[in-house]
Amino acid sequence: MSQKIDQERRQFVSVAGVAAAATAVAPGVFLLGARAEAEPRKEPVTDKVRYGMLIDTTKCADGCSECVTGCEKENGLDLLRMPEGADPEEWDRQRPRWIRTVKVKDRLTGRVSTLPMMCQHCEYPPCTDVCPTGASFRRADGIVMVDRHICIGCRYCMMACPYKARSFIHENIDRQLSIAPRGKGCVESCNFCVHRRDNGETTTACQDACPHDAIVFGDLNDPNSEVSKALREKANTQLRADLKLNTGVRYRGI
Amino acid sequence: MKKIHYREWGIESPRYWGLLAVLGVLLAVGGLATLYMEHEGHWVTGMNNQIVWGVPHVFAIFLIVAASGALNIAAFGSVFGKKIYKSLGRLSGLLAMALLVGGLLVLVLDLGQPSRLIVAMTTYNFKSIFAWNIYLYVGFLAIVAVYLFTMMERKANKYYPAAGLVAFVWRLILTTGTGSIFGFLVARQGYDAALMAPMFIIMSFAYGMAIYLLVLMFTFKLDGRPIGDKLLLRLKNLLGIFVAAVFYFVVVYHLTNLYGTENHEYEAFILRDGGIYTTLFWVGWVLLGMLVPMGILFHPGLGRSRGAIVAASVLVILGGIAAMYVIVIGGQAFPMAIFPDKIIIESGFHDGVNGQPLHYVPSLPEFLLGLGGIAVALTATFVGVRLLKFLPESLADEVVDPHHG
Ligand code: SF4
Ligand code: SF4
Repeated sequence: MSQKIDQERRQFVSVAGVAAAATAVAPGVFLLGARAEAEPRKEPVTDKVRYGMLIDTTKCADGCSECVTGCEKENGLDLLRMPEGADPEEWDRQRPRWIRTVKVKDRLTGRVSTLPMMCQHCEYPPCTDVCPTGASFRRADGIVMVDRHICIGCRYCMMACPYKARSFIHENIDRQLSIAPRGKGCVESCNFCVHRRDNGETTTACQDACPHDAIVFGDLNDPNSEVSKALREKANTQLRADLKLNTGVRYRGI
Repeated sequence: MKKIHYREWGIESPRYWGLLAVLGVLLAVGGLATLYMEHEGHWVTGMNNQIVWGVPHVFAIFLIVAASGALNIAAFGSVFGKKIYKSLGRLSGLLAMALLVGGLLVLVLDLGQPSRLIVAMTTYNFKSIFAWNIYLYVGFLAIVAVYLFTMMERKANKYYPAAGLVAFVWRLILTTGTGSIFGFLVARQGYDAALMAPMFIIMSFAYGMAIYLLVLMFTFKLDGRPIGDKLLLRLKNLLGIFVAAVFYFVVVYHLTNLYGTENHEYEAFILRDGGIYTTLFWVGWVLLGMLVPMGILFHPGLGRSRGAIVAASVLVILGGIAAMYVIVIGGQAFPMAIFPDKIIIESGFHDGVNGQPLHYVPSLPEFLLGLGGIAVALTATFVGVRLLKFLPESLADEVVDPHHG
């Protein structure tokens, strides 16, 4: 018991430490993480870049969820705890998920594939169309995210997203990372690790975590980027291409 | 047609205060439920990241839809020049405002961040139909207030027809906006149909009329004021026609859906396999909410009995709430087709594995919040008729003589 408390306390202290360090360099809406190895962004975001991702589902191993773990650690989702007295099954439906693995079977051929799903960073995002306050917005570089200062928690964006990519925070928050601030009653979703983008880093946490190199991330506007080359090389698709949202996340092998 | 005299609600004080006390209890309970959900967060509700709009939305949307419908009676008086309805216009306007306030309150108190309402009032995204709705709602309250003023203040009487027209057009736009909240959601199969807007309009006619009838009969009965048979029969016939029109729209909606193969699974879900949603659709909405009331209202004998008219109105209202439950929650419970040609066999986020519907069990506080909204609407109405001259002294046949209407 006391060992557990100690552990939690230590974890809390380290979280608070990161938070304090990060807030020191983090004015404005986009809180930047303090990382030694990369330079924080100095210029405003432009549309010269469009961030995107290719997921090669043929490389995804059945039962693997390293990307999920990596994302949750990076963005502080692993710090959330079930409220006291909650029903574990219900809590599982209520807890936020930025990325999840899905296993699908083709209705005709019976072919089974496993793939990670997250916000698809649509070029024409239905979530931002419906958001009454403009809290849901698309940055010039193609990243779609929520400004938690003006989100009123109406959840209309969740009704509108065709990929069920968004989560609402149902509980009080006592521990969080300053790079991914969250609050009860606000909506959030995958933001392509925006703190890393603003800090000059080139990868996402899910990409780093993937042991099978199934995820390639980068600038879709740069023909020489890894992701552009990989996209040119082999056929790939968008989920729900019929909706013509021109998603920033593409899949190969489904 | 004789001149109509209006008088404040004259029931004895103990009765009046007793009524307010009962409503006050409901308001207090609703308030406590709200504080509880607010303090703890939405995890104490049945809502989750799969079903994001729950019972509060069912009540809120029902009240908002009914609000615009309650204004129709006034509109018949001014827009279509039907004199018989003119005497009913004041109560119609008051009820419309009261219902809208009740509905909006529920909506706002269910927000994750209700304290940021000021943000919603100052920061707009004009692409969002929700943002438009905020204007439409606030505008509705202002326009109906002016409309009521032109009815009640002799000097302003000359503006009455113009105000009536503006109010009527506004209410049509308002309900179009409410229906469009669903009609614009391309992601979900149950919504995404332009038909949603006209369907919501016709639903508003029926639900607003049912509530109006009940409040009218209740306030008159309690105060010993007469309502003539002829007027009542007209109103109940109108209710019957509105319910029939809703029935028509429901049939068209599902038939067009059945025509397109891509909607077959959704239709099978609502009409056959959806468990609680299927039951609420057939038993709650279709049978009890439409067929039985139509049977009562159009029955040559039953339709003349006041008790039967009350019963039919109550059924229409309950059916309307069932309808909202099917539309709002059933539409979310049906899993989204993220992979149209595939079946999801495992998911880390409850994506409707093997086509299973998503899970939602409403919690008590959600219902209490909804009931609180109804209590707000009724309290505002009763206080209004008590303080101001909203109710005609008599609606007896010889006073409103429909033959001159
Ligand atoms: S996937 Fe959903 S949340 Fe992400 S941009 Fe598209 S609509 Fe918005
Ligand atoms: S929940 Fe927040 S981000 Fe989503 S639509 Fe409402 S205000 Fe916008």
